[in-house]
Amino acid sequence: MNNKALPYLLLLPATLFLLVFFVYPFVQIAVLAFSGPEGFTLKPFQTMATHWKFQTTLWNTILLAAIVVPIQLLLALSMASIVTKLKTGRNIILYIFTIPLGLSDLAAGIIWLAIFEQSGFLNSMLVGLGLTERPMLFLSYQNLWVIFVAVILAEIWRATAIVMVILVSGMGLIPKEYYEAAEVFGAGPWKRFLKVTLPMLRPSLQTALILRTIAAFEVFAVVVALGGTTLPVLMGETFSWQFTLTDRHVAAAYALVILAISIASTLVFLRVLRTPKGATV
Amino acid sequence: MSDTVSVDAPRPVAEINAAGRFLFIAGIVLLCAWVLVPIYFLVVNTLSSPQEVAGFPKSAIPSFDFGSLQFFLHFKGVGWALWNSVLVAGLTMALSIGIGAPAGYALSRFEFPGKASFRMLVLMTRAFPLPLLALPLAVMFIRVGLDDSPIGLALVHTTLALPFAVLITFSIFSGIPLELEEAAWTLGCNRVQAFSKVVLPLVMPGIAASAIFAFTISWNEVFAAAVLTVENRTLTAFLLQNLSVSPLHLRFAGGAALVMPALIFIFAVRKYLFAMWGIANR
Amino acid sequence: MAEIVIKNVAKSFGQFRALDSIDLTIADQEFVVLLGASGCGKTTLLRIIAGLETPTGGEVWIGGRRVDRLPPRERGISMVFQNYAVFPHLTVFENIAFGLRMKKLPQAEIDERVRRTAELLHIEQLLKRYSGQISGGQRQRVAVARALAMEPDVILMDEPLSNLDALLRLEMRAELKGVLAHSKTTTIYVTHDQVEAMSLADRIAVMDKGRIVQAASPVEVYRNPANRFVGSFIGNPPMNFIAATKAGDGKWLVAGLTMDGPSSAKDRLEFAIRPEDVDIKPGGLRATARVVEPLGAHTLVTCEVAGMPFRAVLDSDVRVAVGDELGLVPIPDRVRWFDPETTIAV
Repeated sequence: MNNKALPYLLLLPATLFLLVFFVYPFVQIAVLAFSGPEGFTLKPFQTMATHWKFQTTLWNTILLAAIVVPIQLLLALSMASIVTKLKTGRNIILYIFTIPLGLSDLAAGIIWLAIFEQSGFLNSMLVGLGLTERPMLFLSYQNLWVIFVAVILAEIWRATAIVMVILVSGMGLIPKEYYEAAEVFGAGPWKRFLKVTLPMLRPSLQTALILRTIAAFEVFAVVVALGGTTLPVLMGETFSWQFTLTDRHVAAAYALVILAISIASTLVFLRVLRTPKGATV
Repeated sequence: MSDTVSVDAPRPVAEINAAGRFLFIAGIVLLCAWVLVPIYFLVVNTLSSPQEVAGFPKSAIPSFDFGSLQFFLHFKGVGWALWNSVLVAGLTMALSIGIGAPAGYALSRFEFPGKASFRMLVLMTRAFPLPLLALPLAVMFIRVGLDDSPIGLALVHTTLALPFAVLITFSIFSGIPLELEEAAWTLGCNRVQAFSKVVLPLVMPGIAASAIFAFTISWNEVFAAAVLTVENRTLTAFLLQNLSVSPLHLRFAGGAALVMPALIFIFAVRKYLFAMWGIANR
Repeated sequence: MAEIVIKNVAKSFGQFRALDSIDLTIADQEFVVLLGASGCGKTTLLRIIAGLETPTGGEVWIGGRRVDRLPPRERGISMVFQNYAVFPHLTVFENIAFGLRMKKLPQAEIDERVRRTAELLHIEQLLKRYSGQISGGQRQRVAVARALAMEPDVILMDEPLSNLDALLRLEMRAELKGVLAHSKTTTIYVTHDQVEAMSLADRIAVMDKGRIVQAASPVEVYRNPANRFVGSFIGNPPMNFIAATKAGDGKWLVAGLTMDGPSSAKDRLEFAIRPEDVDIKPGGLRATARVVEPLGAHTLVTCEVAGMPFRAVLDSDVRVAVGDELGLVPIPDRVRWFDPETTIAV
């Protein structure tokens, strides 16, 4: 019953597809970023780097990720711990916790707009509670840091679910016996979490951090929904160079910058969170 | 007889549990509220009249006025955008399962040279900011005549959804023991019959969930949709473009249109979210 | 007519040689057991006969036809898998009927065959249930029924009893023996349990590291093992081995005792005797009792003979205490000798 060619035949459509729609455009971006009317040139990168917005854009994107990802990790760990301990109502709670997974980042942006908007729910609550007299203009270019906070909240709200799913799956793989053994040897719940759960979660943590960080660098629609163009981020700048300023080369250069920091962080996580051979479940 | 020095009388076990349990439940309630309240606000806004949406202060109870929704649905371009979103998502679903499921099957059943490379290729796609691919593909599509077409965008979305489709189907097929197919072979089936009579009935729910997941990914995608569609905008591209210029109630109603189907989708596939990462959530 | 001939079959997985020049002929309606430890190649051989693996070399003939390039469905075989492989989405009835439907038999005949086989395996009351609703033992019966309903020329069984608990295994073994004798099919049965092999087989093919070491009747394999491996693998507790040095022509020194043995040019041989083939009598091997286990039916005494462990199975009436000095006399015609280098029986 062995047809040597069968696996290759089954794999062929997917491989071809990925070559045409992934590898090829990727190569094109790389080429675009390094070319101009006369051929190979570093001009796109120069234009990008010397543009007045570049530093802020890069800084904003990295800062956002640096704040959002750790908070999401902690939140997801808490949610995952809670969920694995639940017996009754587990399914409902799990469904509720994973709802944000299915939401578009644009939808999330709009939802938090409803809260932070000048006539929005946050203002309504503040005025209602008597904390302020008039509704405050949160999302204006004068309060850049407020927009920042709003974006952070929206991103945490939206994207923690995927981290939680990965961690819950990882936790499910840890055999109960390890906890029981730890308990017999005198470890309380917090110690058990530190010494059993976290180390055994390493592969899941690694996956979750890599995926989430890369996604964090791609933040786009949430920022647009909440701040329009007042808060520049890398993906947004890529978009605007492509369409508003119609310089595809600079857009490609931006794309490569995103790729570069994505790869860099992936390598860091792969190194820092690697599990020694043979030390897994 | 012995001299017992009592330092700390140990707290009764019941006491510790009560405090711990209170925190536990409080934590759950808080987290659920954290997730649900913002969505509730959106619902309130959607079910309010346009004046109420722009007005202040906001009430916590929706007035069940369908004015905003009506405005949204009748707004120029919305119906067409909704249709496009459905079309593109449907195409993405069909393509990603049609291409991804055979690959998932091959990965779960066979050992062959190149297997590791293929898995690496699939994993790499997840590590890469995929929507950026829309940029060069926009040019390529213009040359081929696929620009601003649902199928063009569906192809980009399939690139996004394909890794998930392959990995989810791989996990699902791996859960079906090869022994079942072998038993079918000894009972008179060829490969195809064994697959259709034994494997397919058992994986149907999982495949359906993969399909819905692919649909959701396409439905929610923003960047590529904005880049690649002009006349035939999908809902996400439409909203993005109109975000700064449209009135508030339009934005919120649009947001609701994005959110409601997604809520249903995630409900349908919740079991398989975890299959994707290796465990089954019963 | 379902004679099976295996000619010079070999199978390699990459660098690993799983099977090496296997030759075996199985007569029509014979019950042959492939016996060996994990990794010896017995399951691989079975799967090659079934058609689930292709041999790297050699030929397989079933009923006079060469089948090694044919898929399983064209070989006239039926198989019972180790984990039963009962289809979870079908009822017990549909499971048993599966192969018959593939053959496109008329419904009446399918009904009749399914009922008949189910009665044979005592599962006729389970026909409407699904595999998730029945126990492991019942699932095993469904798997056997499904294979038998095909009325095959050859039935192949891959460790069908190994996932059952001890008591169930004992019962099923007896049942299987009866059912298979009644069905008049050629049977090839794989197991690592030598008790199963001894109980069920017409012939046992003992396998080790990809080769058949001995293929003979259970009594023959027990009494006259072809090499040291067979001697130590069959029999529980295992055979005792003591190094022997030449003390003259046909005479050998075994742990201080001079015994009659084979004439050989070598000056070293290995002396072997089963634990139950020694008696406590004056003279004999000098043994010091170290562990005494009264097992009810008999007493197992682990002794020290010339500094090496030696097990003896004694009648339960015999009283032995730890530290006792015993004289163990081997029964002369049960003594076996092995060449220490080639391990072949002498």
